[in-house]
Amino acid sequence: MKNLHVTTTINGDAAEFVCEPDETLLDALRNRLGLTGAKEGCGTGDCGACSVTLNGRLVCSCLVLAAEAEGAEVATIEGMADGDQLHPLQRVFIEKAALQCGVCTPGILVAAKALLEKNPDPSESEIRYWLAGNLCRCTGYDKIIRAVQDAAAEMRSA
Amino acid sequence: MKYVKPESLEAAATLLAAEAGTSRILAGGTDVLVQLRSELVEPDLIVDIKHLDGLRDIVEENGGFRIGAGVSGAQMGEHAALCAAWPGVVEGAELIGSTQIQGRCTMVGNLCNGSPAADSVPGMVAAGAVARVHGPDGERDVPVKEIPAGPGKTNLGKGEFITSIFLPARPANASDAYLRFIPRTEMDIAVASAGVNLELAEDGTVSAARVAVGAVAPTVRLVPDAGAALVGSKLDDAAIAAMVSAVEAACSPIDDKRGTVEYRTTTAGVLAKRAAHIAYDRAGGAK
Ligand SMILES: Cc1cc2nc3c(=O)[nH]c(=O)nc-3n(C[C@H](O)[C@H](O)[C@H](O)COP(=O)(O)OP(=O)(O)OC[C@H]3O[C@@H](n4cnc5c(N)ncnc54)[C@H](O)[C@@H]3O)c2cc1C
Ligand code: FES
Ligand code: FES
Repeated sequence: MKNLHVTTTINGDAAEFVCEPDETLLDALRNRLGLTGAKEGCGTGDCGACSVTLNGRLVCSCLVLAAEAEGAEVATIEGMADGDQLHPLQRVFIEKAALQCGVCTPGILVAAKALLEKNPDPSESEIRYWLAGNLCRCTGYDKIIRAVQDAAAEMRSA
Repeated sequence: MKYVKPESLEAAATLLAAEAGTSRILAGGTDVLVQLRSELVEPDLIVDIKHLDGLRDIVEENGGFRIGAGVSGAQMGEHAALCAAWPGVVEGAELIGSTQIQGRCTMVGNLCNGSPAADSVPGMVAAGAVARVHGPDGERDVPVKEIPAGPGKTNLGKGEFITSIFLPARPANASDAYLRFIPRTEMDIAVASAGVNLELAEDGTVSAARVAVGAVAPTVRLVPDAGAALVGSKLDDAAIAAMVSAVEAACSPIDDKRGTVEYRTTTAGVLAKRAAHIAYDRAGGAK
């Protein structure tokens, strides 16, 4: 297989890497660029642990070819905090203990941020439907939903 | 495997036609990448066409809508005029997968993957949607209904691919609806499904009707007798009963852990009935 050279933008910074044509964006992020925030839970689009945004759309990076990142804008969990300043979602998740093992957390944070950008005041059922593609084996979801609601309220009043 | 982003539709057709091995068009990749990973399909050539002109656009054309083959479910849901005109088609597309899948999945990928349970297909078939096919011999228009050939198979020829789906103009008192049954509330494959598209006369009588069912036969099926049973009625009990019988008669489902033959058949009839009532109300019908 002939390797491909990809030039892209990740969290606002120019980035380039070489990948195999059948390599996923998730593998390129983790193995080529050292961005290990996105996790591989299933590799088949079911768990959402690999969530990133691609040109502003929430996607599973395990279902995107790395080659498709050419010329695109990718945002990952690594770009969510502003230096040492955690994003309100990140801070509230810690404060409200909305995680246990944490494997699902990067994906859920990226997904929740995409939701609040589209809808700053989602109802509980809107949050549950939006996050239906993010599986968590530990928390039972309740604390996650409440953390998203609290962070949303804080962000609205900011 | 080769990954190619051709510069034109013609170049894509030439590449696909010349490939001796297995090739796949890459739309949202939500089927292609799952198959790649499970080693179910190991393509020699992947042709990405989403960047080509117009493939990411929804445009109004002759009173209807042309939806590019690269348009995602999420993009359809954000298009107010499309949602108003064809709510049933949009709700089928929006049922595909999770938010993450919605960001990528396309109706054309859903259609060409060839699943009998594909959620966007009954709505398109009920709508009388037409696929624009590009190939080595140029362009042709094919009703969506004629694209699926069986599970995992289409009637597209070597080197052919779809560039857009056209939803025709519709009169004022017309609407559509799509329903599927799954054991969960999200992220599952339809056990049975139905799409219904109705046009009403001034007095609320159905003047034209198309009913399509999914997951109850090797391909999504248009059931002309079911549509005919509704024409001339205001969805009274007798018309609905005749429509349900026609739907049940058209079902030849598989028997598996997700549903028995009887279960899928009965469910398809119930869903068609409910979808007909929703489409009727959306079309402004009063009984
Ligand atoms: C977690 C998950 C949940 C899902 N849930 C659902 C669901 O609820 N309902 C449902 O129906 N499906 C579901 N799917 C399946 C899949 O998401 C859909 O079938 C989707 O619409 C495929 O679209 P795509 O653009 O991603 O297709 P791709 O994967 O890019 O392509 C699918 C097939 O179509 C062919 N193709 C693509 N574009 C063209 C073209 N322009 N011309 C000719 N052939 C083409 C490809 O070569 C391939 O064979 C799910 C998948 C996942 C991973
Ligand atoms: S690893 Fe991508 S969805 Fe599970
Ligand atoms: S905290 Fe363990 S999977 Fe969610």
